[in-house]
Amino acid sequence: MFALVDCNNFYASCERAFQPQFNNTPIAILSNNDGCFISRSDEAKKLGLPMAAPAFKYRKFCEDNGIKVFSSNYPLYGDMSTRVMNILGTFTPDIEVYSVDEAFLKFDGFENYDFDTYGKEIQRTVQKCTGIPISIGIAPTKALAKVANKIAKKFRSKTGGVFVIQSDEGRIKALQWTKIESVWGVGHGNLKRLQSKNVKTAFDFIQLSDDWVKKQMAIIGLRLKKDLEGIPTLDLDDDTRDKKAIATTRSFEYTYDDIENIKERVSTFATSCAEKLRTQNSSCNHIVVFLRSNRHKKNEPQDRGSIIITLPYATDSSLIISNYAVEAVTSIYKPGIKYKRAGVIVSGLVPTNERQLDLFLAENPKHHKIMKVMDNVNDKYGYKVKIANQDLKRTWKMRQEHLSPKYTTNINDIITVR
Amino acid sequence: MSSKKITQVNSLTFFIPDETENLRIPISNNTVSAGFPSPAEDFKEKRISLDNTLIKNKEATFYARVSGKSMIGAGLDDGDLLVIDRSLEAKNGKIAVCFLDGEFTVKRLQIEKDTITLLPENEKYKPIKVPKGSDLLIWGIVTYVIKAV
Repeated sequence: MFALVDCNNFYASCERAFQPQFNNTPIAILSNNDGCFISRSDEAKKLGLPMAAPAFKYRKFCEDNGIKVFSSNYPLYGDMSTRVMNILGTFTPDIEVYSVDEAFLKFDGFENYDFDTYGKEIQRTVQKCTGIPISIGIAPTKALAKVANKIAKKFRSKTGGVFVIQSDEGRIKALQWTKIESVWGVGHGNLKRLQSKNVKTAFDFIQLSDDWVKKQMAIIGLRLKKDLEGIPTLDLDDDTRDKKAIATTRSFEYTYDDIENIKERVSTFATSCAEKLRTQNSSCNHIVVFLRSNRHKKNEPQDRGSIIITLPYATDSSLIISNYAVEAVTSIYKPGIKYKRAGVIVSGLVPTNERQLDLFLAENPKHHKIMKVMDNVNDKYGYKVKIANQDLKRTWKMRQEHLSPKYTTNINDIITVR
Repeated sequence: MSSKKITQVNSLTFFIPDETENLRIPISNNTVSAGFPSPAEDFKEKRISLDNTLIKNKEATFYARVSGKSMIGAGLDDGDLLVIDRSLEAKNGKIAVCFLDGEFTVKRLQIEKDTITLLPENEKYKPIKVPKGSDLLIWGIVTYVIKAV
């Protein structure tokens, strides 16, 4: 059996864990730079605040409807995500962290378990230890676990947030309920082809012949079909996700002690990582940035700083990766240190065409086009198009007007109790 | 050269392992080279870690800062650092961080049949009686107090 665990409105839930006064009020989280809304509580969704709504257009709407707005607090979300994933890891040894708020669990040798009870226990433990509410879908295959998860969430009052697909009748009923466009792994291109065959639900999809599916949607499509038929075909994907990482690390020609030069170098390394990502059609979920002083000069003050950034969504955009990497430099750079070496490592890689549709909304779709043009020009003329990081930096300087404290990563930001 | 030196160390006695008994031979990190192994190597232990001592459940542990004097009787002074374990059950007599009326508060729990009372430990403060089912959130249980002296 497989489970898909998903944190409910994750960013909003992280804020509520430390500000319970907003447990029953509508809240919404803004993207980087306070640009658009990327996470909404159920109450905010009900009021009609759309996903990815631009902040400036909806400022008045939020005020009028009493929606409490937060800037994104990625250090907090990253730490809370780690906590949730580590707790999930205590329930089974086989876990695939799929994104910042989602994980697949595999239950091998759990034949005698009552999965509804076990699921509820997992849910209760995560909620109690972290304050984060989760939904769990459990089924014989990964694709079905994803379907079960949707049902668990959609009918929360009935399911209590845990739904198990076990019998064949249950599976068929679930597939008939599931619209084809919300099936995991069905992208825009395939959707059109499927709609032309009058496929409306996941159940319609599995009625197609294997040959047609393989021809039109390649082997990946066929695997998906088998998975939905209840034949486990997709396994936990820990190899490509955890072991694969791309790094660009170099020693500087000179030592640098001013932050602007280091930012420029790190931005260049980040851009190079992004290019490597695009060549292999991957996107990354994490960025590691590190700075090193010259350890051979023992008379000089030494420093080795590094930081991991968990991105709000997987990306291959040079602009986004570079922007985060430069932001990271600001937080680990120490004045007075002569830095000799720096590096950028991107990890948590996923195939770019398998990124989730709803998460796409968080990334500016223009980036994809810009990156294509940039890569083409660079291929033709040799690296000429670069990101003007210093200039961009000035206009991009993070706007975080509604930022909450870093409750779990900064001792000065912990909660106060009376 | 180096093997010669080893044989010159007269104080070393070599034993042939007795395999009739199932004894385990500890393996040292020191490679055998020209020098004499550090005698401290045999006694190497992990340095004391406050994290390991004070934290039982890492993923459920959070910190808070005390503000005010309502719990001075329990040794919780203004500015102290609290270690909070969210995984522990709220039991009668435990000191808990609770969320009530829009703010976090730390008090000793007195759990009865129909009410929970938050007991301060300072006679200038009054106990807070909360009927069961009202909006009290027991956020976590305090396990340690860390204070500057």
